[in-house]
Amino acid sequence: MAINVAVAAPKRKNQTIDKFLPHLSVAAIYALLLLGAVMVFFPFAWTISTSLKTEQQTLAYPPTWVPDPVQWENYPNALTARPFGRYYVNTTIVTVLSVIGQVASSAVVAYGFARFRFPGRGLMFLIVLSTLMIPFHMLIIPRFILFKYLGWLDTFLPLIVPNFFGGAFSIFLLRQYFMTIPLDLDEAAKMDGASALQIFLRITLPLARPALGAVAVFEFVSTWNDFLGPLIYLSSDRNYTVSIGLAAFRNDYFTAWHLFMAASAVAMLAPLVVFFLAQKYFISGVALTGSGGSKG
Amino acid sequence: MTAINMRPGPAISARTREALNGYAFVSPWVLGFFIFVIGPMIGLVWLSFHRWDLIGDPRPVGWRNYERLFSDRLFLKSMEVTIVYGLGRVPLGIIVALGTALLLNNRRIQFIGIWRTIYYMPVVLPPVAVSLVWMWIYNPRYGILNSTIQQVLGVPGPRWLDDPALVLPSLMIMAVWVAAGRNMIIYLSGLQGISNELYEASAIDGAGYWRQFFRITLPLLTPVIFFNLITGMIDTFKLFTQAYVMTEGGPRNQSLFFTYYLFQKGFAQYQMGYASAMALVVFIIIMALTLLVFRWSKAWVFYEGELTGGA
Repeated sequence: MAINVAVAAPKRKNQTIDKFLPHLSVAAIYALLLLGAVMVFFPFAWTISTSLKTEQQTLAYPPTWVPDPVQWENYPNALTARPFGRYYVNTTIVTVLSVIGQVASSAVVAYGFARFRFPGRGLMFLIVLSTLMIPFHMLIIPRFILFKYLGWLDTFLPLIVPNFFGGAFSIFLLRQYFMTIPLDLDEAAKMDGASALQIFLRITLPLARPALGAVAVFEFVSTWNDFLGPLIYLSSDRNYTVSIGLAAFRNDYFTAWHLFMAASAVAMLAPLVVFFLAQKYFISGVALTGSGGSKG
Repeated sequence: MTAINMRPGPAISARTREALNGYAFVSPWVLGFFIFVIGPMIGLVWLSFHRWDLIGDPRPVGWRNYERLFSDRLFLKSMEVTIVYGLGRVPLGIIVALGTALLLNNRRIQFIGIWRTIYYMPVVLPPVAVSLVWMWIYNPRYGILNSTIQQVLGVPGPRWLDDPALVLPSLMIMAVWVAAGRNMIIYLSGLQGISNELYEASAIDGAGYWRQFFRITLPLLTPVIFFNLITGMIDTFKLFTQAYVMTEGGPRNQSLFFTYYLFQKGFAQYQMGYASAMALVVFIIIMALTLLVFRWSKAWVFYEGELTGGA
């Protein structure tokens, strides 16, 4: 036994992971992974292919993958059939302000839960966690009426303002992260006479950049892609977001699949670019969620 | 002496000051909770006892909305559709995500980062765009799926979204395509957290792969599976975009998901009171289901803390 451990120690990490799926050869695993990747890429490829075809080509049998001729005009045609430029600007405004609100407010609240003792803290945090499990879609009717009375319908406010009061998931994620930042730094700053707010802004926030990044990218994707919210709150075309514009575009034509695919490809572009630029925040954030969730 | 005098009055001790700071920091959430959760919740209960089309004043109708609910064939249908979909989609999602994570959790496999990125990609896409793309794939006449079936097998393919029996499975496949990457990453990080000593010890005892899988891997992943189960359940009740864009609840109401029906009652037919009663009842059902799953989880979810605590 002793010898065993001694030999295994330097590369212990690799030793037994080998025991996973021992019956599959490396080639078989790669083949399966590749098959998965092909299935992921297949709808993308078909989208791009269709978006560059003429209408007749989209109806051809057997279907071809390479458009001939390549119909680049589909893109300008689709994007001007409805004011998609405007929709993009609208979505960007809503998303950027929502991300700012969500990150700032959730960080403040999470810091409160992570760093101060006060009566009711445990109960309040429990409520935050339980709201993670409440299906808020059930509240769309009273919320709609609330915003109607505030005179906010057909403005971006119902989509943006609630984000300035912290989101349960973001608060949870940030609080878990703040808890891992050692208190020594806070203590040292306190000795130097820094206030709670100064410590939060100058010490905690800069150290929490990975968690703040994760919260920001998740909020970006969820706001950018939101459909039900804009559908309920926005009514005039000039206020549409990309998602509801795309749904409306589909109802305008019904079978113009080459144009729908061109518009869809453009709609997918922004979140994909953000994903590729900020991949590590997505991945680490998701991993954090899982391990956090497993403890809660 | 001066130093002591310069301190703030004795009434505000360090502890009180800390508590006040705490309340100040959490106050945005408290405020939001009352405005956007508690307030609407009260509104929901109140509305559910009224009849209101947004014009004029709400009229009290007692329990009539609730009575109507239980004889509303479409409401019952929407519950059935949502539950059947959830029962298929959640386990299917768990199997695909866990399977992929097991493949990737292998030292002989290179470029884990790249695989992870590829599989995660669909997660970030706008549901409306994804819905349009899959509608086109599933198109019975011109879709790539049926064209391929025709070419390879020489028989016409099924009608997918237009077939009452296939509409839910078709939507499940699409949902797994979208979400598998995210859940796979959660499982992968769970797998990487399992200490090797456990496998080493059981290997010495002569345990093979499957024995290790059922005795070590799966039990230690149950917290993640549980998390997946809860989020999957809630996501199912939130499902809306696909029903609105792809199927409009059809064919023959076979994809009349609950949130889609709620939207129709509330925002197409302006039956605010009735829709509120519907939302409230389903709200209570979901909370009861969640509690039930939590209860049930005590029987099978395994926390590593218990292991060290018990041993």
